[in-house]
Amino acid sequence: MGITVSNISKSYGKVTALSAISFDVKPGELFGLIGPDGAGKTTLFRILTTLLIADKGQATVAGYDVLNDYKSIRNSVGYMPGRFSLYQDLTVEENLNFFATIFGTTIEENYDLVKDIYVQIEPFKNRRAGKLSGGMKQKLALSCALIHKPKVLFLDEPTTGVDPVSRKEFWEMLKRLQEKGITILVSTPYMDEAALCDRIALIQDGKILEIDTPNAIVSHFPKPLYNINADNMYGLIASLTKYEHTYSIFPFGEFVHYTDKRDSMDKESLKAYLESQGLTDIHIEETQPTIEDTFMELAK
Amino acid sequence: MKNKNVIEVENLSKFFGDFAAVNNISFQVKAGEIFGFLGANGAGKTTAMKMLIGISSPTSGKATVAGFDVYKEAESIKKNIGYMSQKFALYDDLTVKENITFFGGIYGLSKKQIDLKRCELVEELGLQEVTNSLVASLPLGWKQKLAFSVSLLHEPKIVFLDEPTGGVDPITRRQFWEMIYKAAHNGTTIFVTTHYMDEAEYCDRVSIMVNGKIEALDTPKKLKEHYKTDTMNDVFLKLARG
Repeated sequence: MGITVSNISKSYGKVTALSAISFDVKPGELFGLIGPDGAGKTTLFRILTTLLIADKGQATVAGYDVLNDYKSIRNSVGYMPGRFSLYQDLTVEENLNFFATIFGTTIEENYDLVKDIYVQIEPFKNRRAGKLSGGMKQKLALSCALIHKPKVLFLDEPTTGVDPVSRKEFWEMLKRLQEKGITILVSTPYMDEAALCDRIALIQDGKILEIDTPNAIVSHFPKPLYNINADNMYGLIASLTKYEHTYSIFPFGEFVHYTDKRDSMDKESLKAYLESQGLTDIHIEETQPTIEDTFMELAK
Repeated sequence: MKNKNVIEVENLSKFFGDFAAVNNISFQVKAGEIFGFLGANGAGKTTAMKMLIGISSPTSGKATVAGFDVYKEAESIKKNIGYMSQKFALYDDLTVKENITFFGGIYGLSKKQIDLKRCELVEELGLQEVTNSLVASLPLGWKQKLAFSVSLLHEPKIVFLDEPTGGVDPITRRQFWEMIYKAAHNGTTIFVTTHYMDEAEYCDRVSIMVNGKIEALDTPKKLKEHYKTDTMNDVFLKLARG
């Protein structure tokens, strides 16, 4: 009753959007597709919601085949596309009513499911959707995707361009929907959101780099990772880039994340090297990798 | 050099009817500084930025950018700043070369200067293979790096970056920030908005807007100390939740 994807490929002319992708989403799971723009996430969503036909491979959603049972799928899923796709010149309430009606239901019948989200925009129910702020549009779109009580919910980058506070609230809403038994496939370019999913697939250039729980993915990071900071970030990056033992360096907030080519790394000699480059106030200490570190390592 | 203010804002406000989108904000940005301008959606960042780049007139208050007054010298401001946003940066249906030539022309560079800048830029970004390709065909990350370089063509004193890295992959995002560091190192002032809180840590100083007001302004380190948190994300959550 979840989602199965088996060897799905899709090209647009010469451009390969998806290259033999396979994974399963278990019923009731909150599954994240994590990857940047252009990774192929939207193409995959469009195939699973039966809006696009794959070149190769099979997929099922809620037990239905994406080709043969596309009508059943359309009745069973909710889809929130990345681009705002509601009717701008209908009001908030009219939009929700419209989506309820085309799925043969009413707002009252499934009000429970959308209540948490919809109450926040209900005060503006007579406002046209085109006049809503970004955060309110997002809430309305989610309400419309839920109003027919879907078994599977597809959310394509629901939090892109959304500030950290609203992003946090949005994920709290997703958790509550999951508790109601809805299977959720969500994509995001924000690596910090990956940690909130049950399992994630890291995706780049149409290929899946890895699939696992967030904790397991982080534990697969191959090398000890160090936080380094100094008085001058620009100088620090430039110096580490030139250092003969550098395996990888990436700026990470106030630190640089550093891995060393050698099996055992020598903190003192690194510190001496950085000092010889004119840096001061140098701190080097081991740290835990994040999903973003793992993603960058795999994508290298 | 670092001590000179290139942006001075004093009691600046912008009203739409009764609604104060920007409510009496004051701050200064120094030359060569990387200044992070943060806030929730709808907090007033875009409205404030529009006033600073000379495309929206304030309701009240004072502001100068690169020494020019936002009320009377908006045209001079536009010539002395660079601007890029995620939503609009380059023309998709022009080639890389055409975009550089077009924006160089807009900024008043001579043909000779444009040719020189173009060679430098193509070399630095490694775009030799795609100079005659449409910008539409480039990966997002390349586009954003190109857009940033184009915004620096006329060597502006200040560059305004409105969510420059949204949706960009993590490696390119960091390469982008290395370009920002480099520009700042060369004396360009960077005024940047972002929703990535790790990027807030890369800024020299950060302001956080809440409901039209600047609620906090300091170095990331001092903000974290003040709000007793380990990350800028937590600082942001504490402030923006009110």
